Amino acid sequence: MGMAVALLLIVVASVLFHVFSPWWSTPLASNWKQMDDTLLMTLAVTGAFFVAINLFVAYIVLRHRHRHGKEQRAAYEPENRRLEWWLIGLSTLGIVGLLAPGLFVYANYVTPPSQAMLLEVTGQQWQWHFRFPGKDGRLGTTDARFVSADNPLGLNPDDPAGLDDVVVDGNETRLPLNVPVKVLLRSKDVLHDFYLPNIRARMNMVPGMVTSFWFTPTQAGRFEVLCAQLCGVGHHNMRGYVRVTEPADFETWLAGQRTFAQLRQASAAPQAPGAMLGKALAQSKGCVACHSVDGSASVGPTWRGLFNKSVPLADGSTRQADAAYLAESIREPQASVVKGYPPIMPKSVLSDAEVAALVGYIQSLGGAPIPTDAGVANATTGRQP
Amino acid sequence: MSQATLERRSTALPSLSVPAASTALWFFMLVATSLFMLFLMAYAMRMDQPDWRRLPVPDVLWLSAAWLVLASLTMQATVMIARRGRMEAAHQTMLAGGVCTLLFLCTQLWAWRVLGQSFADTPASSFFYVLTALHGVHVLGGLWAWTVVWRRGVDGTRDDAPDEVRLMTLCARYWHFLLAVWLVLFAALGWLTPELVRRICGTG
Amino acid sequence: MTGDAHAPHGFWTRYVWSQDHKVIAIQYAITAIAIGLVGLVLSNLMRMQLGFPGKFAFIDAQHYYQFMTMHGMIMVVYLLTALFLGGFGNYLIPLMIGARDMVFPYLNMLSFWCYLLSVLVLVASFFVQGGPTGAGWTLYPPQAILPGTPGHDWGIILMLVSLLIFIVAATMGGLNYVTTVLQARTEGMTLFRMPLTVWGIVMATILALIAFPALLVSGIMMLLDKVAGTSFFMPAIVSMGAPLDYKGGSPLLFQHLFWFFGHPEVYIVALPAFGIVSDLISVHARKCIFGYRTMVWAILAIGGLSVVVWAHHMFVSGMNPYFGFFFATTTLIIAVPTAIKVYNWVLTLWRGDIHLTVPMLFALGFISTFLIGGLTGLFLGNVSVDIPLSNTYFVVAHFHMVMGVSPILVIFGGIYHWYPKVTGRMLNDALGKAHFWITFIGTYAIFFPMHYLGILGMPRRYYAFENYAFIPQSAHTLNMWISVIAFIVAAAQLMFLFNLAWSVRHGKPAGSNPWRAASLEWQTPQTPPAHGNWGAATPVVYRWAYAYSVPGAAEDFIPQQAPPQPGVEDEPHMPRRTEVLS
Repeated sequence: MGMAVALLLIVVASVLFHVFSPWWSTPLASNWKQMDDTLLMTLAVTGAFFVAINLFVAYIVLRHRHRHGKEQRAAYEPENRRLEWWLIGLSTLGIVGLLAPGLFVYANYVTPPSQAMLLEVTGQQWQWHFRFPGKDGRLGTTDARFVSADNPLGLNPDDPAGLDDVVVDGNETRLPLNVPVKVLLRSKDVLHDFYLPNIRARMNMVPGMVTSFWFTPTQAGRFEVLCAQLCGVGHHNMRGYVRVTEPADFETWLAGQRTFAQLRQASAAPQAPGAMLGKALAQSKGCVACHSVDGSASVGPTWRGLFNKSVPLADGSTRQADAAYLAESIREPQASVVKGYPPIMPKSVLSDAEVAALVGYIQSLGGAPIPTDAGVANATTGRQP
Repeated sequence: MSQATLERRSTALPSLSVPAASTALWFFMLVATSLFMLFLMAYAMRMDQPDWRRLPVPDVLWLSAAWLVLASLTMQATVMIARRGRMEAAHQTMLAGGVCTLLFLCTQLWAWRVLGQSFADTPASSFFYVLTALHGVHVLGGLWAWTVVWRRGVDGTRDDAPDEVRLMTLCARYWHFLLAVWLVLFAALGWLTPELVRRICGTG
Repeated sequence: MTGDAHAPHGFWTRYVWSQDHKVIAIQYAITAIAIGLVGLVLSNLMRMQLGFPGKFAFIDAQHYYQFMTMHGMIMVVYLLTALFLGGFGNYLIPLMIGARDMVFPYLNMLSFWCYLLSVLVLVASFFVQGGPTGAGWTLYPPQAILPGTPGHDWGIILMLVSLLIFIVAATMGGLNYVTTVLQARTEGMTLFRMPLTVWGIVMATILALIAFPALLVSGIMMLLDKVAGTSFFMPAIVSMGAPLDYKGGSPLLFQHLFWFFGHPEVYIVALPAFGIVSDLISVHARKCIFGYRTMVWAILAIGGLSVVVWAHHMFVSGMNPYFGFFFATTTLIIAVPTAIKVYNWVLTLWRGDIHLTVPMLFALGFISTFLIGGLTGLFLGNVSVDIPLSNTYFVVAHFHMVMGVSPILVIFGGIYHWYPKVTGRMLNDALGKAHFWITFIGTYAIFFPMHYLGILGMPRRYYAFENYAFIPQSAHTLNMWISVIAFIVAAAQLMFLFNLAWSVRHGKPAGSNPWRAASLEWQTPQTPPAHGNWGAATPVVYRWAYAYSVPGAAEDFIPQQAPPQPGVEDEPHMPRRTEVLS
């Protein structure tokens, strides 16, 4: 009896939950409405089965439960070939009915339009890099051996096709509205996944390979990028953004970004002064993935109020976080880890000038840290400094 | 139902039942086949990467293959002789089979030295070591079983001679299996190329 | 009495170094439940962070990923697989087929100690430098062996070694189960007279024998990549700013090998559950299973198909996109035999005489939770629907329903059902019902809403979700409630543990066949069964295992070994065979 009631309640509660749930797909911002439609169709069919079978079982339990004292016997029905064949046939039809539309959509998914523009996304622990082909429409080749501080994407300097490639600064890229884009995906280190819930389409990034998918942005706006393949301790904090704008605005923005050739010239030239460069480096090297600048706790210690602060180290000793300590921590991250933080800071290859610039930037963030609960650790805000 | 079955049913726990050992061996061969097939698939897939360089397979492998063929033939001879009731002779032939198998393993080790490359030198060398080592481990396992069977007959008791013949048959079966696996591995290591893989998979 | 001449004497040979399948089964079960409790605690630690982010300082990102990985691996492999095959399989197979023991008792004993060793090595990884691996139970390279992922040194090495040892144990056990079923069935016990429990476990065993080698292959290769510097799976990598010595390897190769194991693995867990629940329903509804032959073919079909669906775990992996068509098709085909089984369970209940005992409640709970779990599989198997849902909480909800809820409900149901045979006493009924209701309703409340979080787009394997604009505050509140319910459900399992321990001494004496079941394991001369199970002679079987409510029979069940009653047709259209099928 109780079981019948429970199953009925489960059905009612599930349906009500679905109807009143505030949690559903994010607003669609791409051309992949077909995916949403197929999802809805699957939901309708499976939902109907869910309700029907649960209610049927509830009814059976109610009707055929054993009643004490009453003499009753179950029926004896070892099989019913006709019924079974009907059930097999109808189920197969139902399955085919679900699968066929799904495969049609997929056929669409694996055939990007020939005139799609290109965007390359490179993932690394724990940040995103974006690159567009330049005027020649071709992306230059890359290789791991070219990766360096001023060439994080590892672009081949001898490949003429790469010289005009636009290397986007920071973790936000833009895309033009209503223009199909084929996204090429690479990774420098481990598996990642370039995922924007509003776009629906996505794909893993595999080191040693180039993978791809395509979509057409259909809504303007700023959309969040999430990594969707576990890639280490910073996986949940690998922030990026895609801003979809009118094509004209996109072109203006693109023209304002630097090409690979310009970047090479800039790195050869003398550096910009102090904190500006430091702030830019903190962005481009991904330091902000783990170190906040506003005092909020994160994977690594916050930079706000850090300079000259007394920090306890993992080995029990205490040190002052002066310029020398900060420089050492940048160059040899594992040397003197602050107590309570995991020893996972990657080693970045930086010139002396760049290290000095970063230290200068950290110093500029001096001041008492915002009081937080003792011992509490929150995820970083990831807000732009 | 035979008297033997009746008796078997009413005695206590089962002692080593030869039909059971035979079934278990078939299933074990299935497991080992799955293992080697999967490794070969991995080998073929890894070959597809641009850094693949062919391995100069040592000629000594022909010698070890010969030892294994001889071991297989000897084990089969053991079975045929034992079936005719000549258990002493079967025993000696079986000993010869064991010796050939040991010589096979020694030759494999010799091949490792001849190859000269280290484990991680090239992907091909990594696979060479792993595949030959895995096969060798299975051969060692077979030798362990061989010891168990051989010692049963050594102490002279002849009252379960039919069982002993069947156990020798199982050994021979396993030896043939190991030979078949070795021939496939040898062929793959020696002659499988990325082009051939692509042709078979239809991706070329 | 014959049998006692070979019976072990002394504490150590009877309870520790035992070769008796019943003792080994209990050893497996105790070990599996113990490590399962560790897995349960780990899940609660995860829910503490997810429900109350940042409130527990010791659960930082590194620890969270380690808890998550160990929770997954423990539950799937060391609890579910070991308990279904080593626990239920070991205990029930010889009894259900009328054998005295497994055909290789010594090997059986070895397999348990191997399994125990694998568990100890796994637990050791908690205590090594760097802690256990935090790469996710799927252990994907390159991350699993690179800095940035917790436990990328000793943690991953011990995990892989533990798995290799487990595979040896599983192979030893598997050879035993399959050979025993083929060789040691008692007279009259044809294959099509075996209970579905045996069919489910045997098919799972065959899958294990074929699929575990894939894990062995991938484990060996990853171990070599880690300790010997080979490049099986490792391409050219710039890790933490520095280029590494690897090149040319393929991470996708690992994924293919892993999932070639991983998908059959979930059926290794599910098929025994299918078999057991069929028997639970049949006994407690006093009705023969509907469509027994179809159920057997369905088990075989599901097992066979399960080896050609693996890449549905890889739809967005970057593999050749055209594979998606093939694997989506095979995955949806496998839904058909699975659906047939669901219909047949329901049709078994139809016009039954349903006793709402604790085992029956758990069986009904299985039907409901497996229904939703299986249906959500249709979303994920359909490749284009999977693309937005992959690696979100929708997947987490799906696999918990089909792996973590429904098979666990069957395990509970099975334990409540067979405990009287194992111990001679009944488990406490009131505690059992309370345990059932809290677990059933609780797990529904935990995992049903999770589907919607997945549709929203919340990714799985995230330590925290702060400051993502697309995630409303209500989702965080929901996470909090899910955590609270999870703590309650976890705590409720203490009732079950108490019941298990208490009822050994204080449970109501059960007699030999308290459920009035027809299958052979209930017909042993002693309860609990003595060494050798059957006394002087093994039974002779005259009918299938489902002779319930047979028209014309005196009682509402006819045990398998009862002599045939004239005029009573107690077996559906099967040739009357009295020879052993050998």
